[in-house]
Amino acid sequence: MARPEPPPAAANGAGPATTSRGSAAESEAVVDAHDVHYSIGGRAIFSGLTLQARRGRITAVMGPSGTGKTTLLRLITAQALPDSGRLLVWGRDVSELRSREVFAMRRRMGMLFQNGALLTDLDVFENVAFPLREHARLTEPLIRDIVLTKLNAVGLRGAAHLMPAELSGGMARRVALARAIVMDPELLIYDEPFVGLDPIALGVILRLIQKMNEALGLTSIVVSHDVKELATIAHDSYLISEGRVVAAGTPQELSGGGSPIVKQFMSGSPDGPVPFHYPAPDIAAQLLEGAGES
Amino acid sequence: MTDSPGANAEAGGAHQVRAAAVRGPGGPDAARPRKSARPGILLGGVARAGAIALFALRLVAACGPAFARPTLIVQQIYNAGARSLVIIMLSGLFTGMVLGLQGAYLLARFGSENLLGVAAALSLLRELGPVLTSLLFAGRAGTALTSEIGLMRATDQLTAIEMMAVDPMRYVAAPRFLGGFIAMPLLAAIFNVIGLFGAQLIGVWERGIDPAAFWSQMQSSVVLRDASEGIIKSLVFGFVVTLIAVYEGYHSEPTAEGVGLATTRTVVTASWLTLLLDYMVTAAFM
Repeated sequence: MARPEPPPAAANGAGPATTSRGSAAESEAVVDAHDVHYSIGGRAIFSGLTLQARRGRITAVMGPSGTGKTTLLRLITAQALPDSGRLLVWGRDVSELRSREVFAMRRRMGMLFQNGALLTDLDVFENVAFPLREHARLTEPLIRDIVLTKLNAVGLRGAAHLMPAELSGGMARRVALARAIVMDPELLIYDEPFVGLDPIALGVILRLIQKMNEALGLTSIVVSHDVKELATIAHDSYLISEGRVVAAGTPQELSGGGSPIVKQFMSGSPDGPVPFHYPAPDIAAQLLEGAGES
Repeated sequence: MTDSPGANAEAGGAHQVRAAAVRGPGGPDAARPRKSARPGILLGGVARAGAIALFALRLVAACGPAFARPTLIVQQIYNAGARSLVIIMLSGLFTGMVLGLQGAYLLARFGSENLLGVAAALSLLRELGPVLTSLLFAGRAGTALTSEIGLMRATDQLTAIEMMAVDPMRYVAAPRFLGGFIAMPLLAAIFNVIGLFGAQLIGVWERGIDPAAFWSQMQSSVVLRDASEGIIKSLVFGFVVTLIAVYEGYHSEPTAEGVGLATTRTVVTASWLTLLLDYMVTAAFM
């Protein structure tokens, strides 16, 4: 399959064009990846990835399953290091951070995991209070007030006493969101936040992401392949395929088409550069081969 | 490959290694041989032993900071110790009763039934108490530890802890290790006491051995060295079994099958290591 050429914006590392909502402060890149290469066990995950997530904006990272979207988050959060290239977070190259600096950087981040990743031996209140107890020397009444405020923001103040096992998938994700924002992070990272949610829960999470970004002035990175949902909230979008950015721009610009792979992904078509079938020999030949043996 | 930032947080070492570098919960990969390498059995065994030794160093280093969370340690002593009490006490009782039966039968051949107390006490204190407790501990508390930590990995809880800038070695691994390490000698002591009661139950009450002879012979013949051998064994077993359990859980594949395999490895490895170390410690005391 021929590799689609990335659009000029992505190829030259400039990222998507700033929309009319963009300001000078917003244009500052919180995450700046340039020509990042990363491989696992000899398999290239990224080969020249270039993208930016700018301050105060919601940046959507989309792509077919298995393209390394979650791996990108691991690189941004310094859980893994790029093989080559430059990955700056708040202007610092993550590859050059010391362990203490990695932890300091993570304190400025919040991350919402696909499955919530709540600590199962703690109730909802203690899950949200966990970062406060570990990092902030606050009195118990103050911790209580902060936790209840955050839980109220996600609509689950009444569920503070429940254990994670008693929560639905959507509720668990909202609790995880409350936990992610309890330390008032500057950067909030969402890993597939819409997977497995019913329409109501999905709508709730969608509104919360938008609300958090606007109310708290966060920078958000949302990794997902739910095109329609992301189009309603994202300021900037990147489409990743085969280890690099193949399209960048506003969701509307991406929806307008472009290369065949962008068209296929945005329309959800089974036919296109991303094959439906895993590589296999011709079915007729394979079936006849089996018939001959029997 | 590198290890977890938490592991090096105190040292403040720079993470410069790039190729396939993995940090955080992926960090344990650093302590494991690469799958693609496929070393032979011998090399694989050596690599695994090295990985466990390195993990033990990180674990011990994390134990100091873990004492800042005493509640977690107490909770883990409860989980590993108190929750194992029933099986330990039952096993101790029946082991003691069998000792009473076999000992009385054997000693009666030589007209030395009165030595049953000594025989039971030495058997329990020096061998059966620590060894059987360790095997039971591996089956009960060790598997629970491995599966709990393995499930935490499979459900991204360890990653979440790391993303909240907390070192899972300190918050998850070290308290569980300390809990098991402290609980094991206590369980062995309880096993011994219940075992002696079982031996007395059979020897004195059923076989009619004089209770005064049973206890006085024991008192005069059992020396501190016998007890200390048992205590040292239970400490060694507690360290090794809990280390293996935590290691396997921390490095398990994040799948249902992976957690199951890790749990099995915990029992198998902890069991044969218990018996191997039992021989080594016994030989050292001879």
